[in-house]
Amino acid sequence: MRQGVSGAVYGDGEEVMAKQRLMGLNGDEAVAYATKQVNPDVVAAYPITPQTIIVERFSEYVADGEVETEFVAVESEHSALSCSVGASAAGARAFTATAANGLALMWEILYIASSLRLPIVMAIANRALSGPINIHNDHSDSMGARDSGWIQIYCENAQEVYDASITAWRVAEHMKIQTPVMVCLDGFTLSHTMENVMTLPDEEIQKFIGERGFLTVEGHMGEGELRLNPEMPLTMGPLDLQDFYFEHKMHQVEALKDSLEYIKDVDEEWAKLSGRKYEYVEPYLMEDAEMALIGMGSMMGTIRHMVDELRSEGVKAGMIKLRLFRPLPVEAIKKAVGDVPVLGVIEKAISFGAPASPLMEELMTSYYHDKEKPMMANYVVGLGGRDVSPDIIKQAYTSLEKIKETGKVERLSTYLGVRGE
Amino acid sequence: MSQKRAWQDLPKGAVSYKSSMDYKTGDWGVNAPKIDYDKCIKCNLCHFFCPEGAISVRDDETPEVSLDYCKGCGICAKECPVQCMEMVRK
Repeated sequence: MRQGVSGAVYGDGEEVMAKQRLMGLNGDEAVAYATKQVNPDVVAAYPITPQTIIVERFSEYVADGEVETEFVAVESEHSALSCSVGASAAGARAFTATAANGLALMWEILYIASSLRLPIVMAIANRALSGPINIHNDHSDSMGARDSGWIQIYCENAQEVYDASITAWRVAEHMKIQTPVMVCLDGFTLSHTMENVMTLPDEEIQKFIGERGFLTVEGHMGEGELRLNPEMPLTMGPLDLQDFYFEHKMHQVEALKDSLEYIKDVDEEWAKLSGRKYEYVEPYLMEDAEMALIGMGSMMGTIRHMVDELRSEGVKAGMIKLRLFRPLPVEAIKKAVGDVPVLGVIEKAISFGAPASPLMEELMTSYYHDKEKPMMANYVVGLGGRDVSPDIIKQAYTSLEKIKETGKVERLSTYLGVRGE
Repeated sequence: MSQKRAWQDLPKGAVSYKSSMDYKTGDWGVNAPKIDYDKCIKCNLCHFFCPEGAISVRDDETPEVSLDYCKGCGICAKECPVQCMEMVRK
């Protein structure tokens, strides 16, 4: 079983693994279990399919006294995130989770959380946005939130979900970052599918997480920690008009840019503790690849399977899994892509009226000024939970093969697996 | 708000580094109340009604208007039960 491990196991493999416990967890349970071990001060959440199990399991931990968390059963997702913002502003560790329309209802608060620099962690069980109503997986929900100033990590399997649900706190609370983080897991495919997950003991997680740190800021009463404290009053979130708003947005630009430098330090530290090393970008058989797909989430496992199958047929296929979408690790992506002549960007999201899907647009933008760049084609798949089968992936590689032979990208964007195409 | 700082020098989290006391809004309005202290009955309704907190109460219990913050809305003059306040140009 592959557990999102891309490199060598750190330290003495056996020693690292000896203290770990193998559990059968689905993606949602992996989030809930990791969050139990983190023991945040406040969890405010509203259940929505396919995130429901996270809230159910966590409320069980609360009821059973396994955590010290204040669990707030709110009346909507807007309130769930608002409550998290309030708690985080008061200095608490705040966690929430949602999906699809729940995330849509949080919209305005997403921007408030990130601009106030509140290190909230939120799990997203990725689900198609209504309408028409659909409860199954695609990335339209979190992709729509890509400009909200949150860091976004996309997971391939339940192990990655567990690991990211812990490292996300260190990323969010990193003194150079101080920005909220979304841990994205594909609805049902990950959220409801039980897998083997290696877990660490509670005390190791507590030690890894440590205490929350606060930025020092200059308030109207002088310097103090960036949190609401009656001893040191501070105004958070006041009216910010033409003369200051733009400058404050630059702070967020800087935080997301800087986070690229520091997220890897957290991943490195986690690797030493858990033996599982994560990269922003994880290439597979790219050294001699003549065509490759790049994408995110659970379908990358299917793609890896198809790469193996194509290789056994003599086709030099490769793939690149992107784990971090915000901030987009452009340099790491280019390094992984290398000099592969044809690159397919496969994505479970659509942007109506745009030339291509979001990741495709950003990659083309990143490559625009480069002299050497791959021919690129966009494949939109799996909307509304449509199965991204090995056959669909094969169609994408066949299309890439044709591009390589003809030297021409006939269609920038192709919809695979939809009737009528 | 004369000297504005570059974004690098501003506190993170969009925290306000100045008090609202430093932000004088008196020049926003045209009028301000003029008080006839002979008629004033020291009820201090104007102090309570002022939406800006621009009317304070002196030791002798009579009101005093701060022109640094008064926006000239006229609520005080409207509410005064003995009509001792008149709105005049600043």
